[in-house]
Amino acid sequence: MVEKIQVQDLSAYYDGALALKKVNLTIYDHEILGIIGPANSGKTTFLRTLNRMNDFSPGFSYEGSVRIDGKDVYRDWEVPQLRKSVGMVFAIPTPLPITVFENLAYGPRRHGIRSRKRLSEIVERSLKAAFLWDEVKDRLHESAMKLSGGQQQRLCIARTLAAEPEVILFDEPCSGLDPISTAKIEEAMRELNKQYTLVLVTNNTKQAARVSDRVAFFLMGELVEIDETEKVFTIPKDERTEGYVSGRYG
Amino acid sequence: MNQLMNPRRTEKIVFFFLLLSTLVVVLPVILVVGIIVVRGSSVLSWEFLTALPRMGMKAGGIFPAIFGTFCLVVGTVVFALPVGIFSAIYLSEYSKRGRLTRLIELAIVNLAGVPSVVYGLFGLGFFVVFLNFGASILAGSLTLAVMSLPVIITASREALQAVPKSFREVSYSLGATKWQTIRHAVLPHALPGILTGTILSLSRAAGETAPILFTVAAFYLPKLPKSVFDQAMALPYHLYVLSTQVPNVKLELQYGTALVLVALAVLMNIVGIVIRSYFRTKKQW
Ligand SMILES: Nc1ncnc2c1ncn2[C@@H]1O[C@H](COP(=O)(O)OP(=O)(O)OP(=O)(O)O)[C@@H](O)[C@H]1O
Ligand SMILES: [Mg+2]
Repeated sequence: MVEKIQVQDLSAYYDGALALKKVNLTIYDHEILGIIGPANSGKTTFLRTLNRMNDFSPGFSYEGSVRIDGKDVYRDWEVPQLRKSVGMVFAIPTPLPITVFENLAYGPRRHGIRSRKRLSEIVERSLKAAFLWDEVKDRLHESAMKLSGGQQQRLCIARTLAAEPEVILFDEPCSGLDPISTAKIEEAMRELNKQYTLVLVTNNTKQAARVSDRVAFFLMGELVEIDETEKVFTIPKDERTEGYVSGRYG
Repeated sequence: MNQLMNPRRTEKIVFFFLLLSTLVVVLPVILVVGIIVVRGSSVLSWEFLTALPRMGMKAGGIFPAIFGTFCLVVGTVVFALPVGIFSAIYLSEYSKRGRLTRLIELAIVNLAGVPSVVYGLFGLGFFVVFLNFGASILAGSLTLAVMSLPVIITASREALQAVPKSFREVSYSLGATKWQTIRHAVLPHALPGILTGTILSLSRAAGETAPILFTVAAFYLPKLPKSVFDQAMALPYHLYVLSTQVPNVKLELQYGTALVLVALAVLMNIVGIVIRSYFRTKKQW
């Protein structure tokens, strides 16, 4: 297995308050890594360190290192290039108040693609990969705000794909969605897994069990355990993990 | 005493005073506009709007003044809008929150309250004399632009800051640079607010006399300016001249000029409000 992301002794702070404590883990190429843990355990903080979205949080600081493809995200990567390669889907659907097509074309246009034909190809391919094409192919030039919540979230996934990333980070992508929309997004994720490396933060342990190859359990800023999904849910090594996955707290 | 404090009665008294205050504000405006419309509309004609003044302004039209004000408004937009937008972008997106920035912001707020005659004197000293533009459309537009800038910058900053943080995050997360994010994810959504603020401040600038008094306005110039280095007549100054400097002008002519000036300001305000409400209904965040 090829190592895609290597995290070494990563600690993070907001205004000096600890949010991540010496996290060490490796994410492999083409796997789906689920990240579970109760509220405030540092899942989002961890995720946003991988593509440096934490740069926008006032008071954020870090120690340790994150390497993607062997290059340190804070030292070696150009930030826009890093964020293009490591896409992100947010918890709340965040369509821009422009047309579906323009939402999808946003990334490619910023990366210099002008040709209408190329853009149309990218838009179609991305919408198909996010299982949204059939529902919106006649509405490409309507405002993206008119889509339903579940459609908007798949639009956001498609928009991330259109930027042609290698890794996609999902931060509780189904937290506001109904079971059917959730199922569609999970189906899309499993399909995407063939091409991309996925990191899925979720509050829903069942979702992590359904979707991920491996699962990492965070608690109070610490990585308690990381292992194959089956093992984490059946024979966890740490009793805190067992407590969480068996629903004793959280 | 107890009876006086009866809440229902208090309610009525408060209502009465609030209504009274509103009337004190609104009635004079209605009166002024009403009188101007009634007395000014009698001279309004195609000729009045399109002809040159004749006989020392006692007859003919006011076209040079309309045209001059139009030139000044256009000139003001050309200078003030880009500078206003760029400095608002700098202040709200790029500058570090520090003492210097706060000082600049304070200065801008205070500049908005500086009397317009001060801008007029500044324009005279700086554009007319120091930069040697002479009394000209160029100098007048620049003076009005400087006067409008504080309001335009403030409105633009508010519009930029009203754009949700999530738009920026989305843009950055797709690999856009900072400038790309501002240009494509922020500015388009702030533009309606920026334009509204700009138009409202322009309508004020169009009606000002003091800033153009020393920098561009011609007393009596029955021809059109040929270049930006020419002097021009302008509506507010023309009205001032008609009312105080020329003896025996028909009162109707003054009211007519006032009516055109008021109509212009109202028109610009309506455009501003229409833009704002159009985008408000379209806006979905
Ligand atoms: N922008 C921020 N500024 C200050 N503190 C923050 C910020 N973001 C997170 N924190 C703090 O860091 C800690 C970890 O938060 P984080 O958002 O990473 O947790 P999480 O596991 O994603 O929680 P949730 O399940 O509620 O999303 C918390 O104590 C939180 O209060
Ligand atoms: Mg979170």
